[in-house]
Amino acid sequence: MPMKLQLKIWRQKNSDDLGKFNTYELKDLNPAMSFLEMLDTLNLQLIKNKEEPVEFDHDCREGICGQCGVMINGIAHGKPKNITTCQLHLREFKDGDTIVIEPFRAKAFPVLKDLKVDRSAFDTLIASGGYIGVETGQAPEANTTPIPQEIAEQAFDAAACIGCGACVATCKNESAALFVGAKISHLAALPQGKAEREKRVLNMVNRMDELKFGHCTNTGACQVECPQDISVLHIAKLNYEYLRAKLKK
Amino acid sequence: MLGFSSTISRKYLMAITGLFLCLFLVIHLLGNFQLLLPEDEAQLQYNAYSAFLSGNILVKIIAYVLYISIILHSIDAIYLSFKSRKSKKTRYRYDARKRASKWYSRQMMLLGVILFAFLVIHFYDFWYPFKFGELTLDQQGNKDLYQLVIASFQNIGYVAWYSVAILALFFHLLHGFFSAFRSLGLYHPYYAQIIKLIGVIFSLLICIGYLGIPIYIFISR
Repeated sequence: MPMKLQLKIWRQKNSDDLGKFNTYELKDLNPAMSFLEMLDTLNLQLIKNKEEPVEFDHDCREGICGQCGVMINGIAHGKPKNITTCQLHLREFKDGDTIVIEPFRAKAFPVLKDLKVDRSAFDTLIASGGYIGVETGQAPEANTTPIPQEIAEQAFDAAACIGCGACVATCKNESAALFVGAKISHLAALPQGKAEREKRVLNMVNRMDELKFGHCTNTGACQVECPQDISVLHIAKLNYEYLRAKLKK
Repeated sequence: MLGFSSTISRKYLMAITGLFLCLFLVIHLLGNFQLLLPEDEAQLQYNAYSAFLSGNILVKIIAYVLYISIILHSIDAIYLSFKSRKSKKTRYRYDARKRASKWYSRQMMLLGVILFAFLVIHFYDFWYPFKFGELTLDQQGNKDLYQLVIASFQNIGYVAWYSVAILALFFHLLHGFFSAFRSLGLYHPYYAQIIKLIGVIFSLLICIGYLGIPIYIFISR
């Protein structure tokens, strides 16, 4: 059955613009459509009417790239828990619903245009220590470094982070603790990452503060909205690693 | 400040001072239980206990640690929430984020302000008159703090305000206790669960204990 929806979408010309909501009507929508397909439909309609299309981030559209991310009715990635915006479908809404769509908001994530947000602060964070220092060249034979199954699983649970920024967007303090925690926890669990664990955590935490990400008050909201359900215990691991590094220094 | 420059270090300070205050809550409650003894016995024992506390050098040192903890815990909270306050640009126009967390975990500041106000009044009502005021003496020659406490707990308004503050304390502890351990880096999934459970039991016992005494005195005297 075709659906009718009313969309209240945040329109902002550039990062200096104050921005405002515009309301659009869409008819004959297929409930099997994804949320992004609905935005595509709207943009087609806008282009046909010679209006500026709504800009939004997207890439893989299969829930693994972390590019798409908007606040849908006041919730990061919309109402269903632990999904990305591209995995949200119109069947989650009722015919005639009004949907409010806003960009992710944080001091470290300035809005570039409409729903498009500059999340390069995450890249800056990664550049400050979210990697391991190894020589380039051919990858070594994997089995030369034996890693127990449970350690590999632990590391992978943290490595599953797709860097979408929903944790920051949903946090009342705009904290990046879950993102950084996942990275620290992932690399500290593995022998390849252990060599630089102290330097890594000190640098990343300092950079996190410099980039104006807030502190963590352990409300746990980030895990609820995280598409990968990354556990808040990785934040505890971050706190542990930071304390360990500080004491060792 | 003292190497507490990063937000994570600030959270350590928050956690350590918070946990010390939790320990103090237990000691203070155990002392208060003497109010529940039979009336004559309670008066002498409670006043003797108060006199002992104010005379003991070790208790005095711990008291200063306590004052410093309260001040650091409060200043740190103000500093951190001031740092992460929202600007107009980062405030959501339509906000339903609250579905993802407990209300008391987001309102620690509000609960803390109620507790701070309570502490100021509490110090003014009992600590100040005991230390600097003129109190009558009991049969053993100790300052009669007991009568002052009983008189306060017979006032319905006072008991009501006291109950509000203790309820605020309950929710503050419910989030604060386990949160302190997480801030200090307890990342083990099993022990983190155990601490969470202990936190709930601790908050409940503290709440029941502190609420029970004034209500019992109000009803029985």
